Amino acid sequence: MAGSGNARITNPRWLLAELTYRCPLQCPYCSNPVDFAQHLNELGTEDWLRVLSEARAMGAVQLGLSGGEPLTRPDLAILVRHARQLGYYSNLITSGQGLTEERIVELREAGLDHIQISIQSPEKTLNDQLAGTESFENKKTVARLVKKHGYPMVLCVVIHRQNIHQMREILEMAIELQADYLELANTQYYGWALLNRAQLLPTRAQFEEAEAIAQDYKARLQGRMKIYYVVPDYYEDRPKACMNGWGTTFLTIAPDGLALPCHAARDLPGLNCPNVRDMSIEDIWLHSEAFNHFRGEDWMREPCRTCPERTKDFGGCRCQAFQFTGDMNATDPVCGLSPHRALVDRVIGATESGEQAPAGQPLTFRNTRNSRLLAAD
Amino acid sequence: MALDPNSVFQFSPTHRLQWEETQQKHVILYPEGLVELSDSAAEILKLCDGTRDLSEMVTALENKFETTDLMDDVAEFLEAALHNGWIRERSHH
Repeated sequence: MAGSGNARITNPRWLLAELTYRCPLQCPYCSNPVDFAQHLNELGTEDWLRVLSEARAMGAVQLGLSGGEPLTRPDLAILVRHARQLGYYSNLITSGQGLTEERIVELREAGLDHIQISIQSPEKTLNDQLAGTESFENKKTVARLVKKHGYPMVLCVVIHRQNIHQMREILEMAIELQADYLELANTQYYGWALLNRAQLLPTRAQFEEAEAIAQDYKARLQGRMKIYYVVPDYYEDRPKACMNGWGTTFLTIAPDGLALPCHAARDLPGLNCPNVRDMSIEDIWLHSEAFNHFRGEDWMREPCRTCPERTKDFGGCRCQAFQFTGDMNATDPVCGLSPHRALVDRVIGATESGEQAPAGQPLTFRNTRNSRLLAAD
Repeated sequence: MALDPNSVFQFSPTHRLQWEETQQKHVILYPEGLVELSDSAAEILKLCDGTRDLSEMVTALENKFETTDLMDDVAEFLEAALHNGWIRERSHH
């Protein structure tokens, strides 16, 4: 198997269960695949219960219940109850749409540990515009109910050029809502976010100003609210340690049962990702070609192969390498040592000069109609 | 940050301490986070039940492991655990 070498295979610790691609929101930076409408054949309850059991037996302990909007699954409480019995720590990652107080209580009783609510902007008009639906007041109501029922509450705000000027207001909103954690996630450019990159990527000056504000609050809020700051890797000199190394820690199961070493891996050519309808989690993790493909270091080329930092960043993101260079084996081009770094700089340059996103160019919203149109192209 | 000798320590209600059979170690679980613990760290955290102050915890650990001079190590770990939000401190009285 390519790349497996003699790397020791560690246990998965994180299972990201993308329960559905259905979602009442239409965020233009969604990380779901652009062609999600081709993959709506969702796993049933029995399949998910088996996946949870098998992954837990392999060592997975952190469980993300995500999507799409996981609340659209009527069997969510059944899955949560099973996860709790198996010893998972379960995280519901939701837009808040459809989360009534009754459902919050039901999920609490089933053993849900934590709820993460996404908010698009601290300002109603922009929030509702980005979400593609009127949702702002409901999100704030849900955030207060989550706190009322004793969950640790995480607010997640995805940061991009349309809202980066609101960094201070975002932090003040998190304080007002008494978030225990605030995730400030600079957009990562995959799926719909890549499609809309010209309108979403901030300039370096915007990013630096916002980061300074976030770091200032982070220091002041020490002990009251934890801030997770996800860096925008285009403006870094070294790549992110994507997935903590391929096939070492993370396992994503897509709504249609596809098992992915990272949640964007569906787009990598020739990877032949396995499906839980055909294989057990143990076989997938230990023996599938896809999960072994980038394990260890044998797949690496220069400059990664002899780089002292390869044990820290694992060569960066395979999907980003493929996006920019057409070669998923290349060094992540955000790395300053990559021979392809100029490709990233070109995107940044186009953003700085404004030529890439003429004023008024519309965002492409993430919905089934657009997904079908784009897949047909 | 010096520890108050009158404080008792309690494991955070928003975190979970759990033995992981496949890893053969204790872990702390919290929103989207996971910390794998050394055996000694886990032994200290298991004593954070809201009834013991620092000296009582040190005595319990020294008796259990038939050793002495654990005070500095335990105090240092508790300070770090407080900083990380794994435990809470409250006055004994």
